[in-house]
Amino acid sequence: MLRAVSASSPLAPPRGARGLHRFANPGRFLRLAGRVLPWLTAAGLALSAVGLVWGLFFAPADWQQGDAVRIMYVHVPAAWLASAGYFALAIASAVALVWRHPLADLAAVEIAPVGAAFTAICLITGSLWGKPMWGAWWVWDARLTSVLVLFFLYLGHIALTRAFDSPERGYRAGAILALVGVVNLPIIKFSVDWWNTLHQPATISLFGAPTMYIGMLWPLLFTALGATLIFAALVLARLSAAVLERRIRALLAATARDYVAEEGHLA
Amino acid sequence: MNHLPFIIAAYAVAFVVPVVFGLEARWRLARARARLAALETRRRR
Repeated sequence: MLRAVSASSPLAPPRGARGLHRFANPGRFLRLAGRVLPWLTAAGLALSAVGLVWGLFFAPADWQQGDAVRIMYVHVPAAWLASAGYFALAIASAVALVWRHPLADLAAVEIAPVGAAFTAICLITGSLWGKPMWGAWWVWDARLTSVLVLFFLYLGHIALTRAFDSPERGYRAGAILALVGVVNLPIIKFSVDWWNTLHQPATISLFGAPTMYIGMLWPLLFTALGATLIFAALVLARLSAAVLERRIRALLAATARDYVAEEGHLA
Repeated sequence: MNHLPFIIAAYAVAFVVPVVFGLEARWRLARARARLAALETRRRR
């Protein structure tokens, strides 16, 4: 049961977290999610469709890799979302641990399977790209290995949050694992610089000019943005379902309590 | 188009996995809504 606390109370969330707590009301969150979800899904599907058709049929083939480079339009967005998803999982875990936001723990639990799925897509499409280019489905390269570790971190989080009889204890254990696992993100990012890897270095950076032909870059940006919106839509839909399921559990518990009280009264 | 089987397989994986997750989320949401509506109706009686 949530109790109302005044802003000056030591129990009140810090100033930065008060904005987040506006969405702690499940009814308000569900209304907002219901309004946003169709637009998010439609925009994600449209951007992905444009980017994939563009990349598959209109973008040029690579002079060295030939048409196999078209796998990039599904592999790179999945790789980006594997890391970004884990970062979101860590933020949700930190918010749940520090500010006890009632939706943050559910968000962490629902981000993990979607992040694991996108990491699996990244690993499988990378393998399908690696076979014709490197002659091997898998190599124990620093980039590939660190992404595999990320996949195991996601699986560990999924298992740990469901391993306890009390969901709250599972959420807390999962949150600690998620925060510890953040150390893997810079390892993934800089693995191609720190070690001599078979995997190519980054061709797009936030601050430098891309080293990729512009005719390939645009469809990649479309698929990356589209996949990001689809990822967000999947998490939002799962989170809405989780909020409703928590309400169902609370109602069932209240019904059981009423029944026991009634039986006790009759006895 | 060279390496076509690899390209088709990669696009198929990237398509099927999010679709399965989307359908599962939709089914889970619909089931939770129906169950909650039934419970709330029963409690109101």
